[in-house]
Amino acid sequence: MNAILDKYRSAELVEKVLEQIRNKVTRPWAIMEICGGQTHAFMQYGLTDMLPKEIELIHGPGCPVCVTSLELVDKAIAIASNPNVIFTSYGDMLRVPGSDQDLFSVRASGGDVRVVYSPIESLRIAKENPDRQVVFFGIGFETTAPSNAISVIKAKTEKINNYSMLVSHVCVPPAMHAILGSSSNRVQGFLAAGHVCAVMGFAEYEPIAVQYHTPIAVTGFEPLDLVLGIYETVKMLESGIFEVRNAYPRAVTREGNKAAQSIIRETLEPCNRNWRGIGEIPMSGWKLKREYADYDAEMRFDVADIKTKESEICISGLILQGLKKPFECSAFGNLCTPQNPLGATMVSSEGACSAYYRYGRK
Amino acid sequence: MCLAVPGKILKIYQNDTTKMGVVDFGGVELDVCLEAVPDAAVGNYVIVHAGFAISTLTDEEAQETLDLFDQIDAFQDEDNESIF
Repeated sequence: MNAILDKYRSAELVEKVLEQIRNKVTRPWAIMEICGGQTHAFMQYGLTDMLPKEIELIHGPGCPVCVTSLELVDKAIAIASNPNVIFTSYGDMLRVPGSDQDLFSVRASGGDVRVVYSPIESLRIAKENPDRQVVFFGIGFETTAPSNAISVIKAKTEKINNYSMLVSHVCVPPAMHAILGSSSNRVQGFLAAGHVCAVMGFAEYEPIAVQYHTPIAVTGFEPLDLVLGIYETVKMLESGIFEVRNAYPRAVTREGNKAAQSIIRETLEPCNRNWRGIGEIPMSGWKLKREYADYDAEMRFDVADIKTKESEICISGLILQGLKKPFECSAFGNLCTPQNPLGATMVSSEGACSAYYRYGRK
Repeated sequence: MCLAVPGKILKIYQNDTTKMGVVDFGGVELDVCLEAVPDAAVGNYVIVHAGFAISTLTDEEAQETLDLFDQIDAFQDEDNESIF
């Protein structure tokens, strides 16, 4: 397997596809990679500069750390400051600025804030500390939803009642509707996030491609996958075809992973969700169902009255909508760096600002 | 969070009610929840997100896309058709 996967990083094969893209493209196209992981991968492998100049990549809002609302970050900080709480989270969330501080500063002031690799690990911490409240910050898109959801199912089955989750789940298709339906939209084609589709399949993208006349290619994360996604999108754009094509068939089927979908359906239901920097998108998130409300940290802790205050300089909202590039921000690289981020897009390993900073793109 | 590379299942075990596995990611071994890949067996590759396997992967599937290169290289693919 590893020998096969090495070929997905072969410069020679990537160049072959790039050459075909150059042959096919006849005019400018703006293509959005929705997933922040792909934004980083394009830059990490230097692919952005190897694409023909006609192709502009617009970076999408697919960074869960970036779009988690300020209100929920502030709620996380309030909960984590409680002395009886062990607050657990994916590492990237700790440096995301809240209104006044971040989770790192809660830890520096004596709060028990721990980085975990998965919510299952958080559940283990809850089992080992029956006298403490253990809260997991359940952020993410459809990719992390099954993992976060199963922890709540297991907590209920195994009666681990000191476990709860602060839920901030978001979904890709409603965000695509919001982008494509906006009067300022420039996106003409999409790379759909491969691993979101590994979970959900890609049937739900087919009506989007038709409604907005926007071709969509399901795309993986290796250099060869990324250029193949562009290649399929360019071919559809040049031929006026508006459909969904799967350029990542080794991991994605049209139906997706049904076992994972059933775990999501068991615990989560759609809700309106506020996206940081963008605003509320109708039915764009998931919350815990009533049957699992006992494991909802927002119900367990009194955090209803949170007053938020966003940075006045940061333009992360415009960046997340693809309307501005990071270097167009006056704070980029001086007032705002990964060490001292003003906005979440500079924090996350999937944020566009951190990618531009890290890979030196001006 | 999204740059998951496939890992190889070394061992499958039960942790209370949860089906788990030890998965090798190029020398780093991690415990992974296998509840959504019921058919996965030792030796299979899985794509893992947040400690949870979301997809299985076989050598044949990984090789398939590479085989399409003969098509691309020979300019045999049509503009209006997917190579996949």
